[in-house]
Amino acid sequence: MPELKLGPDTERRLAAAREYRGLARIEGPLIFVRKTHPVGYRELVECVDSSGSPRLGMVMDSSDDLVVAQIFEGTQNLTMPDTTVRFTGKPLSLGVSTAMLGRVFDGLGRPIDSGPPPKAEREVDVNGRPINPTAREYPRDFIQTGISAIDGMNTLIRGQKLPIFSGNGLPHNELAAQIARQAKIRGGKTDFAVVFAAMGVKHDVARFFIRSFEETGSSDNVALFLSLADDPSIERIVTPRVALSLAEFLAYEKGMHVLVILTDMANYCESLREISTIRGEIPSRKGYPGYLYSDLAEIYERSGMIKGLPGSITQLPILTMPNDDISHPIPDLTGYITEGQIVFERDLGGRGIYPPVAGLPSLSRLMKDGIGKGMTREDHPHLASQLFAAYSYVKDVRNLASVIGEEELSPLDKKYIAFGEFFETRFINQSPDEDRSMERTLDLGWEALRRLPAEELHRVTDEELDTWYGAEVGG
Amino acid sequence: MNERIIGRVRRVNGPVIILRGVRDARMLELVHVGNGLLVGEVIKLEGEEALVQVYEDTTGLAPGEPAYGSGMPLSLELGPGLLGSIYDGIQRPLDELLKRTGTFIGRGVSANALDRSRRWGFVPSAAKGSLLAAGAVLGRVQETSRIEHRICLPPGTSGKLISIAPEGEYGVDEVVAVIDTGQERRELTMVQRWPIRVPRPARSRRPPSIPLVTGQRVIDTLFPLAKGGTVAIPGGFGTGKTMTQHAIAKWCDADIIVYIGCGERGNEMTDVLTEFPHLVDPRTGKSLMERTVLIANTSNMPVSAREASVYTGVTIAEYFRDQGYHVAVMADSTSRWAEALRELSGRMEEMPAEEGFPAYLPTRIAEFYERAGYMDTLSGSEGSMSIIGAVSPPGGDFSEPVTQHTKRFVRCFWGLDRNLANARHYPAISWLDSYSEYLEDVSSWWTDLAGEGWARDRKEIVELLRRETRLLQVVKLVGPDALPDSQRFVIEVCGLFKNAFLQQNAFDEVDRFSSPLKQYKMLSLILAYWRRGAGAIKRGVSLGELKKIAVLQDIVKMKFTIKDDDEEAFAKLAAALDRAVDRLESAYA
Repeated sequence: MPELKLGPDTERRLAAAREYRGLARIEGPLIFVRKTHPVGYRELVECVDSSGSPRLGMVMDSSDDLVVAQIFEGTQNLTMPDTTVRFTGKPLSLGVSTAMLGRVFDGLGRPIDSGPPPKAEREVDVNGRPINPTAREYPRDFIQTGISAIDGMNTLIRGQKLPIFSGNGLPHNELAAQIARQAKIRGGKTDFAVVFAAMGVKHDVARFFIRSFEETGSSDNVALFLSLADDPSIERIVTPRVALSLAEFLAYEKGMHVLVILTDMANYCESLREISTIRGEIPSRKGYPGYLYSDLAEIYERSGMIKGLPGSITQLPILTMPNDDISHPIPDLTGYITEGQIVFERDLGGRGIYPPVAGLPSLSRLMKDGIGKGMTREDHPHLASQLFAAYSYVKDVRNLASVIGEEELSPLDKKYIAFGEFFETRFINQSPDEDRSMERTLDLGWEALRRLPAEELHRVTDEELDTWYGAEVGG
Repeated sequence: MNERIIGRVRRVNGPVIILRGVRDARMLELVHVGNGLLVGEVIKLEGEEALVQVYEDTTGLAPGEPAYGSGMPLSLELGPGLLGSIYDGIQRPLDELLKRTGTFIGRGVSANALDRSRRWGFVPSAAKGSLLAAGAVLGRVQETSRIEHRICLPPGTSGKLISIAPEGEYGVDEVVAVIDTGQERRELTMVQRWPIRVPRPARSRRPPSIPLVTGQRVIDTLFPLAKGGTVAIPGGFGTGKTMTQHAIAKWCDADIIVYIGCGERGNEMTDVLTEFPHLVDPRTGKSLMERTVLIANTSNMPVSAREASVYTGVTIAEYFRDQGYHVAVMADSTSRWAEALRELSGRMEEMPAEEGFPAYLPTRIAEFYERAGYMDTLSGSEGSMSIIGAVSPPGGDFSEPVTQHTKRFVRCFWGLDRNLANARHYPAISWLDSYSEYLEDVSSWWTDLAGEGWARDRKEIVELLRRETRLLQVVKLVGPDALPDSQRFVIEVCGLFKNAFLQQNAFDEVDRFSSPLKQYKMLSLILAYWRRGAGAIKRGVSLGELKKIAVLQDIVKMKFTIKDDDEEAFAKLAAALDRAVDRLESAYA
């Protein structure tokens, strides 16, 4: 090291101009460079192959004699002697601006539609920083999605992170698109934007979303970040971070209400596992790295509302549960971080019920503070609790019926079967373009409860029974 | 910064870094690393190298940058001003950080844990010239309207009190007493420092005998926790660990609550921060925040500070215990702490044991829970620290290492059940998996309160629940109609018990807290229905008739309608029940 007395920042800026030619080793997406100047951990790397095209990467391990970096676009065609590497002295950053709405980007945030690069209003570090818990505003405003299974039973709150746990072949994309289309806050006109990040999804899926945004004329409020199935898998590590950096800018600096759709988080985790394995880290469950929880938290926690600022970030991550197994590490760790989950049930899907939202394992943790008097309707909290309780009993009755036959059930249990049927086919089930009002959803809930005798309804008050249960309305 | 350079960075790879050229670093010394002065702790020394665990994000840190040693272990500031505060895992005040670095948490920020500008009314209580032992009370500060902060001599310091400040207002770093220890004159302020990894000493340990009353019926009546006891709450996501922790933090009868949000959601800490100041303690009528200290290391904050956060929490709790208070520590969740250990162990390239966890995991868990206890403190008073640790088993599978090892070192276990949570039966504490070894210890307390009947009634209901489980297995195979009325009545009563007693609505003004006496009255009523009903069935009354008794609807709703001290209302219900069963029986006489 030269013994010049320069400030550390100046030193690093000068060093950023240095280029190193030749690599010590290439393994998977990782490159190893020897004898560099001191390089910062997680610094952005530019690596130029023999044909002259640049690739971006990030430093994963920095020591006196060796630097390891992962290259987002993969290492195919790199050669050991002819590759030049430059360390930029800053972390991976993204130039953000409102002009990015209505545009399509690759997984690293570079435009891939035919338009010019949008002029950046600001450069932000894509890794983000944790929000100080004292700066957070506790989310309370419910979002009406027009979908009974969500509005009635698992109410979505502005600033919430609510994932969809789905399986292959189930209509999670349709549901996410429907939510993006129909989501509204009661009584308020709002600056609304959608940031969409696709990680390892098929071209058809990306096209489905683009078309859905176009059809509703909302594509000017949507920014898409696409790292598709045939893009390098390493790039996916960065895609959600890039998307959330834009979302944070729009929400906290421009005051917009941003809905972030991340799909498919399972692919993201696969990429993380890939890197971890190549780096020879000690795996925890199913080969996933021990820090999967912290890593996912870095993504999911970038949502919410901030005191004194008008905007919000609501996250709707989609993940397909491998083999429909909810105890698989990906949905499991996600469920521990997010504020609830919408779980899809293959059986409901098979019966043609849309959306196939499983009644019992689905949950919205923030619902309790966003519903009820003055927000949705005064009967909502008890009604939802009663529907859950009754539906849970339906499951027991069905199990019993499968043993002794439906005929042998007691008259009361038969009423429960009728309730379950109504609940699934009339309350949960709706068409992908039906936008139900909150009142309609709640009324339907009472209509379902009318299949049961009043003595069975322990979770609602007598007054509620008088007002809503008694009022016989034709359905 | 007047600290010495102890070495330079050789390698950065996440939160664990290696220093080279190290000669005089100490084990577990607090260090500041790099140009950004990131806070860290020395965790391993080998040759001229030191391994440092950094409590902040290490992005941008480069080899060659210096590391400064502070000469002391990672310690806390303990004194007036702790209550009502929210700290990160290494006791940096988050509201102060907000002022300095804004909405997003910055790095390399140091801030005093206790506000230096605040002045406290100090009232001396020790006399000049007296000989004081370690832990003796020097004076008192009314920290909040409900908590009197007792300024004690730090453990290890004793001697003759040479001078003590007169009553008046002082800042925390002003000298309030001078003591002659025999070797030196030592000036004492209202603040003492204590390393987080060292348990604070007490005079002796007492057997636990008083329950920590939580107001949650399933806990107090079925699986009680004693003051000074330890309990684990394991449960998959969405089964209500945090809800249960919040309910206990709000309504339990501890004097002080230390709530450690360890690797959990940011919004949950915000929820506590926004809700607690507005909630009123039913016992004192004061705001709940006045007895609460929050430690927040949310899931996206640096993982190594998560490892430290639980120690920070228990050290603060021990400090209040030493003043003679009953403290309850909520650790949510200890699994995140164990995972932080695993992550750091992995970065140190240690040989893993089960599921990648380090082999010393059980030792660490044991050390943590053993810091709880009901103590005779050095100051001569009694104080306790209870630990209520949430466990988040992957996939809700209780056979995983953290749950299993925790079970070895706690004496009470509240297992959360996925099926109950799915049916929105909260608290979803399973009456089959859970247990409490404190039952014997606290039963004399209950007997004093409720009479001999308590132990008998509790045993009876537990027995009924066991019978119900067996009967339900039969029902699953052949349907309920195959059972005689006497057996179906067991299922009926247990259903009533679950609905009317075990389920508790945390958001209902009346139901969210039940006094021990109310719990006992409720239990007695339900058992009265069982005893009278079983008798009536023998006399020929049918189950259908018993189920139609109108007063049952009132029993189901008594948790919402009858207030804690309304014994008359319970007596009325009991009389109405008796009359109704009498009427039924008279038809068969």
